[in-house]
Amino acid sequence: MPEADAILSAQKAIGAYDVARVREDFPILGRSVHARKGKPGKPLVYLDSGASAHKPRQVIQAMTRFLEEDYSNIHRGVHFLSQTATDQFEAVRTKVARFINAPSDRNIVFTRSSTEAINLVAASYGRTFLSEGDEIILSIMEHHANIVPWQLLQADKKIVIKVVPCDEDGVLDLDAYKSLLSDRTKLVAITHCSNVLGTVTPARTIAALAHERGVPVLFDGSQAVVHGRVDVQDIDADFYVFTAHKLYGPTGLGVLYGKYDILKRMPPYQGGGDMIESVSFEGTTFKAPPARFEAGTPPITEVIGFGAALDYIEALGRDAIAAHEHDLLKYATQQLSQIEGLRIIGTAPGKGPIVSFALDGVHPHDVGTIVDQYGVAVRVGRHCAEPLAERFGVGPTVRASFGLYNTRAEADALVESLQAVKEFFGA
Amino acid sequence: MMDDLRELYQEVILDHGKNPRNFRHPDDSNREAKGENPMCGDRFMVYLTLKDGVVADVAFQGRGCAISTASASMMTELVQGKTAEEAETLFHTFHELCTKDEDEQGAHGEVDEETMEKLMVMSGVRQFPVRVKCATLAWHAMNAALHGQDSASSDQF
Repeated sequence: MPEADAILSAQKAIGAYDVARVREDFPILGRSVHARKGKPGKPLVYLDSGASAHKPRQVIQAMTRFLEEDYSNIHRGVHFLSQTATDQFEAVRTKVARFINAPSDRNIVFTRSSTEAINLVAASYGRTFLSEGDEIILSIMEHHANIVPWQLLQADKKIVIKVVPCDEDGVLDLDAYKSLLSDRTKLVAITHCSNVLGTVTPARTIAALAHERGVPVLFDGSQAVVHGRVDVQDIDADFYVFTAHKLYGPTGLGVLYGKYDILKRMPPYQGGGDMIESVSFEGTTFKAPPARFEAGTPPITEVIGFGAALDYIEALGRDAIAAHEHDLLKYATQQLSQIEGLRIIGTAPGKGPIVSFALDGVHPHDVGTIVDQYGVAVRVGRHCAEPLAERFGVGPTVRASFGLYNTRAEADALVESLQAVKEFFGA
Repeated sequence: MMDDLRELYQEVILDHGKNPRNFRHPDDSNREAKGENPMCGDRFMVYLTLKDGVVADVAFQGRGCAISTASASMMTELVQGKTAEEAETLFHTFHELCTKDEDEQGAHGEVDEETMEKLMVMSGVRQFPVRVKCATLAWHAMNAALHGQDSASSDQF
């Protein structure tokens, strides 16, 4: 996480961080948008990595190479390619485990997305261990992916959902959290970094307080894992979920980390091939985790691509990336703050490189359309976090999110395009 | 490309967006429908006062972007005083203006030239496919209200 000491220790690294060189690894960043009829377009200014990040050539090539040379189904054939593909696939599980400092490969379940990982926990853990009147604690900052699966469970099991509020800066209200924890609490599921506010939540404290009552904690790490080091053992997470496509990897692949003694008590989420020990019509026995939760053929090529993405990130250095992104956040915040009538939503100390804002008198959809004509890609709307939008009384907002390939010049381009919006609307 | 922007955000649209007409809830309305775009959170209530098959009054309230607000405001001006049948014709004509190229647009009934010109103001939205739902939101709600339905969601457009 971009905590002060981590950033300080990374200041040395930033000198060596050559963003121009990094950008060359991302073929799509060289394109322009809105070119037509002989008129040149505008260079792409991609400030929507919070929605999905672009892929470096290393990832694209790893997937192509795998398909051309080593592709086969895994965990099945005795033939050469199946062995080769299985070895490469399982090697990525090891990489993922190392990336978040999981104790073992066995803790890593591949899913389709963060969303599916949370649904897996809600369906498997939730349906088994929660019953009527039990409480779970979420926060106001959750993405719909960490709200709706629990509401589905609520409809089924009559559990009670409690919500931790945040203050005006977007800082999680720890006192409120403490007072919500009770003997009825059976699970806590909270984001590690808000996709709207950028707020990084105090994961270690959240987990420690829950553990005092023997309550397990799930963190939605979809944004957090992108912007700094995550150590699941250090924060003592019981579950930790994230997704490959925001981490410069392919779509269609998510990760569920789980403590093994919990995973092994959980029943299967889906049934099918690859998750069974033996099948008969009298009864079927299931494999141990993680295989138990990986029914059917997984996204094999995407897993290979994700391995390349993790290698890429490690080669650049996570501290160096975090320092670069922190610099962009600081710069963009300064520049945006000088625009009259612009209000930044989410000003928590130590936040991730995500800047959501409202512009007086101009609806975010109109902002999005106009800046897009200048080549600037931002997200507009409620960012799949409607309760949070209501909390800040702003409705939809504009969100600029920064990744390892963004530059200060791109922050400037955003500011210039916003000046054009203001002129346009006389705002 | 800035020409497309000017085409979308014409002065008249900016004006209606900032100062929407008929932005109220009439006391005697007898039909109302909610128009909602779940993607951006835009939400309008459209109120109709239908008397003897004629739209005696039409108004709206809610919040949305410049395009959806302007379109709602202009809709109220155009539909006022029309028969239910004429109002529906206007809806279909407008919908095609926003979604189809000229050569694909069919006839949905008589629309006078002055009204057509006013409808055309919004048709610049064709160049911005993601904004079509903004432009047609209040129109869908109006059409739903005409048919006695209480809501229209852009998910179903």
